[in-house]
Amino acid sequence: MPALASLVCGFIFGLGLVISGMVSPTKVLGFLDMFAIPSGNWDPSLAVVMAAGLAVTSIGYALIQRRAPLFDTQNRWPISTPIDRTLLTGAALFGIGWGLVGLCPGPAIVDLATLSQGVSAFVVAMAIGMLAHDLWQSRKVTTPLRQFGGTPAAD
Amino acid sequence: MANFTPISAAIGGALIGLSAVLLMLFNGRVAGVSGIMGGFVNGQASGRPWRIAFIAGLITAPLAAGLAGYPVPKPQVPGNFATIAIAGLLVGFGTRLGSGCTSGHGICGISRLSPRSIAATLVFMAAAVIVVALTRHVFGG
Repeated sequence: MPALASLVCGFIFGLGLVISGMVSPTKVLGFLDMFAIPSGNWDPSLAVVMAAGLAVTSIGYALIQRRAPLFDTQNRWPISTPIDRTLLTGAALFGIGWGLVGLCPGPAIVDLATLSQGVSAFVVAMAIGMLAHDLWQSRKVTTPLRQFGGTPAAD
Repeated sequence: MANFTPISAAIGGALIGLSAVLLMLFNGRVAGVSGIMGGFVNGQASGRPWRIAFIAGLITAPLAAGLAGYPVPKPQVPGNFATIAIAGLLVGFGTRLGSGCTSGHGICGISRLSPRSIAATLVFMAAAVIVVALTRHVFGG
Protein backbone atom coordinates (compact mmCIF):
# COMPACT_ATOMS: atom_id res chain seq x y z
CA MET A 1 0.00 0.00 0.00
CA PRO A 2 2.72 2.59 0.85
CA ALA A 3 4.42 1.82 -2.46
CA LEU A 4 1.19 2.24 -4.42
CA ALA A 5 0.44 5.53 -2.66
CA SER A 6 3.98 6.66 -3.40
CA LEU A 7 3.61 5.71 -7.07
CA VAL A 8 0.48 7.86 -7.30
CA CYS A 9 2.26 10.76 -5.58
CA GLY A 10 5.26 10.48 -7.91
CA PHE A 11 2.91 10.42 -10.88
CA ILE A 12 1.05 13.56 -9.75
CA PHE A 13 4.36 15.27 -9.02
CA GLY A 14 5.64 14.35 -12.48
CA LEU A 15 2.45 15.59 -14.13
CA GLY A 16 2.89 18.88 -12.29
CA LEU A 17 6.40 19.21 -13.67
CA VAL A 18 5.23 18.33 -17.19
CA ILE A 19 2.23 20.68 -17.21
CA SER A 20 4.16 23.57 -15.65
CA GLY A 21 6.86 23.20 -18.30
CA MET A 22 9.56 22.80 -15.64
CA VAL A 23 10.76 19.64 -17.38
CA SER A 24 12.31 21.97 -19.96
CA PRO A 25 15.80 23.17 -18.99
CA THR A 26 15.30 26.03 -21.47
CA LYS A 27 12.26 27.23 -19.54
CA VAL A 28 14.01 26.94 -16.17
CA LEU A 29 17.04 28.85 -17.48
CA GLY A 30 14.63 31.44 -18.85
CA PHE A 31 13.59 32.10 -15.26
CA LEU A 32 17.10 32.02 -13.82
CA ASP A 33 18.25 34.54 -16.44
CA MET A 34 17.35 37.61 -14.39
CA PHE A 35 19.57 39.78 -16.59
CA ALA A 36 16.92 39.29 -19.28
CA ILE A 37 14.44 41.34 -17.24
CA PRO A 38 15.39 44.73 -18.77
CA SER A 39 15.06 43.39 -22.32
CA GLY A 40 11.64 41.86 -21.57
CA ASN A 41 12.83 38.29 -22.25
CA TRP A 42 12.56 37.02 -18.69
CA ASP A 43 10.17 34.11 -18.04
CA PRO A 44 8.69 34.30 -14.49
CA SER A 45 6.81 30.98 -14.82
CA LEU A 46 8.97 29.16 -12.24
CA ALA A 47 8.00 31.74 -9.61
CA VAL A 48 4.32 31.00 -10.30
CA VAL A 49 5.00 27.25 -9.99
CA MET A 50 6.66 27.84 -6.63
CA ALA A 51 3.87 30.14 -5.42
CA ALA A 52 1.12 27.68 -6.36
CA GLY A 53 3.05 24.74 -4.91
CA LEU A 54 3.69 26.61 -1.67
CA ALA A 55 0.05 27.69 -1.36
CA VAL A 56 -1.27 24.14 -1.69
CA THR A 57 1.45 22.56 0.46
CA SER A 58 1.26 25.04 3.33
CA ILE A 59 -2.52 24.70 3.59
CA GLY A 60 -2.40 20.92 3.18
CA TYR A 61 0.43 20.44 5.68
CA ALA A 62 -1.36 22.64 8.21
CA LEU A 63 -4.47 20.46 7.90
CA ILE A 64 -2.70 17.11 8.32
CA GLN A 65 0.27 18.07 10.48
CA ARG A 66 -0.83 16.35 13.68
CA ARG A 67 -2.48 13.38 12.03
CA ALA A 68 -0.64 10.06 11.74
CA PRO A 69 -0.14 8.95 8.13
CA LEU A 70 -2.46 6.31 6.73
CA PHE A 71 0.27 3.79 5.88
CA ASP A 72 2.90 4.40 8.55
CA THR A 73 3.04 4.96 12.28
CA GLN A 74 4.18 8.59 12.33
CA ASN A 75 4.97 11.57 10.13
CA ARG A 76 8.67 11.88 9.49
CA TRP A 77 9.10 15.65 9.54
CA PRO A 78 12.72 16.66 9.06
CA ILE A 79 14.66 17.18 12.29
CA SER A 80 15.24 20.86 12.78
CA THR A 81 18.92 21.72 12.98
CA PRO A 82 20.62 25.11 12.84
CA ILE A 83 21.58 26.80 9.62
CA ASP A 84 25.23 25.84 9.21
CA ARG A 85 28.02 25.96 6.69
CA THR A 86 27.26 22.42 5.50
CA LEU A 87 23.72 23.40 4.50
CA LEU A 88 24.79 26.58 2.75
CA THR A 89 27.75 24.98 0.96
CA GLY A 90 25.54 22.17 -0.29
CA ALA A 91 22.89 24.60 -1.48
CA ALA A 92 25.52 26.70 -3.29
CA LEU A 93 27.02 23.65 -5.06
CA PHE A 94 23.55 22.51 -6.07
CA GLY A 95 22.71 26.00 -7.37
CA ILE A 96 25.87 26.11 -9.48
CA GLY A 97 25.04 22.77 -11.10
CA TRP A 98 21.41 23.79 -11.60
CA GLY A 99 22.44 27.04 -13.25
CA LEU A 100 24.89 25.30 -15.58
CA VAL A 101 22.29 23.16 -17.35
CA GLY A 102 18.85 24.03 -15.93
CA LEU A 103 18.19 20.57 -14.46
CA CYS A 104 17.37 19.74 -10.83
CA PRO A 105 16.62 16.23 -9.52
CA GLY A 106 12.82 16.08 -10.11
CA PRO A 107 12.72 17.27 -13.73
CA ALA A 108 15.86 15.28 -14.54
CA ILE A 109 14.20 12.02 -13.47
CA VAL A 110 10.96 12.87 -15.31
CA ASP A 111 12.98 13.70 -18.44
CA LEU A 112 14.58 10.23 -18.42
CA ALA A 113 11.37 9.12 -20.12
CA THR A 114 12.35 11.06 -23.25
CA LEU A 115 15.53 8.96 -23.55
CA SER A 116 17.52 12.16 -23.95
CA GLN A 117 21.25 11.35 -23.88
CA GLY A 118 22.06 14.63 -22.17
CA VAL A 119 19.54 13.97 -19.39
CA SER A 120 20.71 10.37 -18.97
CA ALA A 121 24.31 11.53 -18.59
CA PHE A 122 23.17 14.13 -16.07
CA VAL A 123 21.24 11.61 -13.96
CA VAL A 124 24.17 9.15 -13.92
CA ALA A 125 26.51 11.95 -12.83
CA MET A 126 23.96 13.06 -10.21
CA ALA A 127 23.76 9.53 -8.78
CA ILE A 128 27.57 9.38 -8.64
CA GLY A 129 27.62 12.75 -6.87
CA MET A 130 25.12 11.49 -4.29
CA LEU A 131 27.08 8.29 -3.69
CA ALA A 132 30.33 10.24 -3.45
CA HIS A 133 28.76 12.40 -0.75
CA ASP A 134 27.47 9.44 1.25
CA LEU A 135 30.82 7.64 1.00
CA TRP A 136 32.64 10.77 2.15
CA GLN A 137 30.18 11.24 5.02
CA SER A 138 30.51 7.65 6.16
CA ARG A 139 34.30 8.05 6.43
CA LYS A 140 34.06 11.17 8.56
CA VAL A 141 33.71 11.15 12.30
CA THR A 142 30.27 12.63 12.62
CA THR A 143 27.45 13.26 15.01
CA PRO A 144 24.88 10.46 15.09
CA LEU A 145 22.38 12.58 13.14
CA ARG A 146 24.63 12.88 10.14
CA GLN A 147 25.74 9.30 9.92
CA PHE A 148 25.28 7.13 6.87
CA GLY A 149 21.69 6.08 6.55
CA GLY A 150 20.37 8.75 8.86
CA THR A 151 17.67 11.06 7.65
CA PRO A 152 18.26 14.45 9.19
CA ALA A 153 17.23 16.04 5.98
CA ALA A 154 14.62 18.39 4.71
CA ASP A 155 14.85 16.46 1.52
CA MET B 1 7.80 38.46 -20.31
CA ALA B 2 8.52 36.28 -23.30
CA ASN B 3 7.32 32.67 -22.96
CA PHE B 4 5.49 33.41 -19.68
CA THR B 5 2.87 30.69 -19.08
CA PRO B 6 1.15 31.62 -15.80
CA ILE B 7 -1.90 29.34 -16.13
CA SER B 8 -0.05 26.10 -16.80
CA ALA B 9 2.58 27.10 -14.25
CA ALA B 10 -0.11 27.57 -11.57
CA ILE B 11 -1.83 24.27 -12.42
CA GLY B 12 1.48 22.41 -12.47
CA GLY B 13 2.63 24.00 -9.23
CA ALA B 14 -0.66 23.11 -7.52
CA LEU B 15 -0.24 19.47 -8.62
CA ILE B 16 3.28 19.40 -7.16
CA GLY B 17 1.85 20.77 -3.90
CA LEU B 18 -0.95 18.19 -3.95
CA SER B 19 1.61 15.43 -4.39
CA ALA B 20 3.63 16.72 -1.43
CA VAL B 21 0.54 16.82 0.81
CA LEU B 22 -0.62 13.36 -0.27
CA LEU B 23 2.80 11.78 0.33
CA MET B 24 2.74 13.13 3.90
CA LEU B 25 -0.89 12.07 4.40
CA PHE B 26 -0.29 8.54 3.06
CA ASN B 27 3.28 7.71 4.00
CA GLY B 28 4.33 10.45 6.40
CA ARG B 29 7.18 11.43 4.12
CA VAL B 30 8.50 14.70 2.73
CA ALA B 31 8.37 14.87 -1.07
CA GLY B 32 12.01 15.74 -1.63
CA VAL B 33 13.25 14.23 -4.84
CA SER B 34 16.97 14.41 -4.00
CA GLY B 35 16.35 12.66 -0.69
CA ILE B 36 14.19 9.99 -2.29
CA MET B 37 16.74 9.36 -5.04
CA GLY B 38 19.65 9.57 -2.59
CA GLY B 39 18.13 6.87 -0.41
CA PHE B 40 17.51 4.82 -3.53
CA VAL B 41 21.06 4.94 -4.92
CA ASN B 42 22.86 4.41 -1.60
CA GLY B 43 21.11 1.13 -0.93
CA GLN B 44 18.46 2.25 1.53
CA ALA B 45 16.05 1.09 -1.16
CA SER B 46 16.35 -2.44 0.12
CA GLY B 47 13.50 -1.92 2.64
CA ARG B 48 12.04 1.05 0.92
CA PRO B 49 9.98 0.15 -2.12
CA TRP B 50 8.19 3.48 -1.76
CA ARG B 51 11.28 5.30 -3.05
CA ILE B 52 11.40 3.19 -6.20
CA ALA B 53 7.64 3.61 -6.60
CA PHE B 54 7.87 7.41 -6.37
CA ILE B 55 10.62 7.49 -9.00
CA ALA B 56 8.59 5.15 -11.21
CA GLY B 57 5.64 7.52 -10.87
CA LEU B 58 7.80 10.45 -11.92
CA ILE B 59 8.99 8.65 -15.06
CA THR B 60 5.50 7.40 -15.91
CA ALA B 61 3.96 10.88 -15.86
CA PRO B 62 5.39 12.18 -19.17
CA LEU B 63 4.58 8.86 -20.86
CA ALA B 64 0.94 9.08 -19.76
CA ALA B 65 0.82 12.75 -20.73
CA GLY B 66 2.09 11.81 -24.19
CA LEU B 67 -0.58 9.12 -24.57
CA ALA B 68 -3.22 11.68 -23.57
CA GLY B 69 -2.10 13.96 -26.36
CA TYR B 70 0.12 16.21 -24.25
CA PRO B 71 3.48 15.42 -25.81
CA VAL B 72 6.63 16.15 -23.84
CA PRO B 73 9.32 17.55 -26.14
CA LYS B 74 12.83 16.16 -25.85
CA PRO B 75 14.64 18.45 -23.42
CA GLN B 76 17.44 20.60 -24.74
CA VAL B 77 20.27 20.28 -22.24
CA PRO B 78 22.77 23.06 -22.89
CA GLY B 79 26.51 22.53 -22.85
CA ASN B 80 28.84 19.75 -23.87
CA PHE B 81 29.23 16.39 -22.17
CA ALA B 82 31.79 17.68 -19.68
CA THR B 83 29.52 20.53 -18.59
CA ILE B 84 26.57 18.16 -18.16
CA ALA B 85 28.68 15.70 -16.16
CA ILE B 86 30.05 18.43 -13.87
CA ALA B 87 26.56 19.87 -13.39
CA GLY B 88 25.19 16.43 -12.50
CA LEU B 89 27.98 15.79 -9.98
CA LEU B 90 27.41 19.20 -8.36
CA VAL B 91 23.65 18.69 -8.16
CA GLY B 92 24.03 15.19 -6.71
CA PHE B 93 26.72 16.08 -4.17
CA GLY B 94 25.24 19.49 -3.33
CA THR B 95 21.69 18.29 -2.71
CA ARG B 96 22.94 15.56 -0.36
CA LEU B 97 25.30 17.92 1.48
CA GLY B 98 22.59 20.57 1.71
CA SER B 99 19.90 18.01 2.60
CA GLY B 100 17.50 18.95 -0.18
CA CYS B 101 16.69 20.48 -3.52
CA THR B 102 13.99 22.56 -5.16
CA SER B 103 11.24 20.23 -3.94
CA GLY B 104 12.39 19.34 -0.41
CA HIS B 105 13.60 22.79 0.58
CA GLY B 106 11.83 24.99 -1.99
CA ILE B 107 8.33 23.56 -1.62
CA CYS B 108 8.05 21.29 1.44
CA GLY B 109 10.48 23.16 3.69
CA ILE B 110 9.39 26.70 2.93
CA SER B 111 5.72 25.79 3.31
CA ARG B 112 6.57 24.77 6.91
CA LEU B 113 8.49 28.05 7.26
CA SER B 114 11.67 26.13 8.04
CA PRO B 115 14.51 28.67 8.41
CA ARG B 116 16.97 26.09 7.04
CA SER B 117 14.92 25.57 3.90
CA ILE B 118 14.40 29.29 3.37
CA ALA B 119 18.15 29.89 3.70
CA ALA B 120 19.01 26.96 1.41
CA THR B 121 16.52 28.06 -1.24
CA LEU B 122 17.81 31.64 -1.25
CA VAL B 123 21.38 30.34 -1.62
CA PHE B 124 20.75 27.86 -4.44
CA MET B 125 18.55 30.32 -6.31
CA ALA B 126 21.18 33.04 -6.00
CA ALA B 127 23.97 30.67 -7.07
CA ALA B 128 22.00 29.52 -10.11
CA VAL B 129 21.12 33.09 -11.12
CA ILE B 130 24.78 34.10 -10.87
CA VAL B 131 25.91 31.11 -12.94
CA VAL B 132 23.34 31.83 -15.66
CA ALA B 133 24.33 35.52 -15.67
CA LEU B 134 27.98 34.52 -16.09
CA THR B 135 27.43 31.88 -18.77
CA ARG B 136 24.94 33.92 -20.80
CA HIS B 137 26.02 37.51 -20.36
CA VAL B 138 29.67 37.55 -19.33
CA PHE B 139 31.24 34.65 -21.20
CA GLY B 140 28.65 34.64 -23.97
CA GLY B 141 26.96 31.39 -24.80
